[in-house]
Order: sequence, then structure tokens, then C-alpha cells
Amino acid sequence: MSTVKLAFSPAPVHVRTARLVGVAVARRAGVAEELLDEVRLAIGEACTRAVELHRQYGLPDLVQMEMSDDQSYTVRVIDRAPIEAGLGLTALPPDALANEWLTDEALTVGVGFALLAGFVDDLQVRPVEVGIGTEVRMVWPVGK
Amino acid sequence: MELSLATRAVAEHAVLEVGGEVDVYTAPRLRERLNELIDSGARSIVVDLNRVDFLDSTGLGVLVGAHRRLRPLGGRCALACDKEPLLKIFRITALDQVFPLYPSVEAATDPSGPSA
Repeated sequence: MSTVKLAFSPAPVHVRTARLVGVAVARRAGVAEELLDEVRLAIGEACTRAVELHRQYGLPDLVQMEMSDDQSYTVRVIDRAPIEAGLGLTALPPDALANEWLTDEALTVGVGFALLAGFVDDLQVRPVEVGIGTEVRMVWPVGK
Repeated sequence: MELSLATRAVAEHAVLEVGGEVDVYTAPRLRERLNELIDSGARSIVVDLNRVDFLDSTGLGVLVGAHRRLRPLGGRCALACDKEPLLKIFRITALDQVFPLYPSVEAATDPSGPSA
């Protein structure tokens, strides 16, 4: 098993870097080529969510991402926002997407969660074990 | 790849050709350009996504924002896209039921009455 860790300031510009690193490690871990687009999108969504939460709460803390390969490729994205904010996310029903009452922010969050749930079969969103924050844990099979 | 944006007119349609990556960092520029088009009077906007390499929820949110601004004005925001990875994103989010989706700009601007 090997592990790669990345931590970055909660700024949108760094999300692309996180995606690139996450996909590079996935490829090296043996994730099937046809899954890499989904890995890229899911990591981007998880990191975007973390960055937006840190900005919403004015948190300068780094967003953490940990990638490991063992029997599978596991990516954990950890934010430090209050737990109720992180765990309150739910996917939006389709007919709510174009409704006027939904704020742009709520819509983007809902769509982001729908993408995470749609592209990651093995997805968990849970409180971090130590301190404040939420961990988004995503697992993909490897072909080894 | 960075975001690229190019605008052209096809008949009464404003076509916005988008290329590169649309994400939380670049989406504000896309929003700005769409708002400029609407503010300048465009009522039929076709966003060409066929050169987009990456599109995330923030990009989708911007497209929905344009759709919402145009609708009460009697306008519409159509999308040109035949890339399966992007189409899958629209299906998963159910946004394929919100936007008129066409495989190409030509289909989206067909004066004989394009159908989605």
C-alpha cells in the first residue's frame, strides 16, 4: 500500500491541481482508464465542496486530500467546516433544478452532490474522527 | 487547459463557444460572459460545449443561471454537445430535462425548427 497526501489553501485555483494529482495517483494505482474521467470529476467536486465550505465559514485551514491504494483506490477529502454544514447536503430532486426559489449556491451544491453520488459507487460523507470537519471518502476498484 | 470563450452570431442566435476546463476557478468568467450577452440583448443563446474538456457543478450552475435569466425574458439557453462524458453529467444531474440539448451548433440553430 502507498499513500500520497496533498494539502492546499482553500482557493478555487488549487482544485485543478488536486484533480490532476488525484488522477495521476489513480492511474499509477491501477484504476481502469475508463474510470479516470469519473475519478477526476468526483475529486473535483469533493475539493470544490471543501473549498466553498472553508470560504463560507472564513476558514484559512488547508483542505486535505489523502490518496491510498491497497485493495482499491481510496481518496479522502477533508474539510474543517462545522459538521452540520457538511452533513446537511442532499442531492436535489430533478424537478427542483430549474426552480426560481433555489439560490445559485444551493443549486450548485445540490448538483455537485448529485454528481458525487452518481459517479462514485462507494461514497461516504462522515464527520472527521478528530476535531471539526467532514470527510468525503471515495473508493474505486483497481485492476491489479 | 484554461478556459477559452468565443462569441459569434448565427442568424438570431448568439453562439458562445466554450473550450477547456469549466470549474470553480474558471466558471465566474463564463458567468460574466453569459451575463454580458444577456445584458446586450441576446435572447437565444447557444452554448457550444464540444471543445470542453472538463465541466463540474459550478459550470453547470452557471448554465442554469443563464437559463433562469433568459426564461422570464422569453429567451432560451440551448446547449450544443455530443461528448458522451459531458452528456452523462447532464443525465446524472437531470439537467438534460432542463436544457434543450443538440449535438451541434448547426442543429441548435437550424431555422427549420430544431428538435432536441
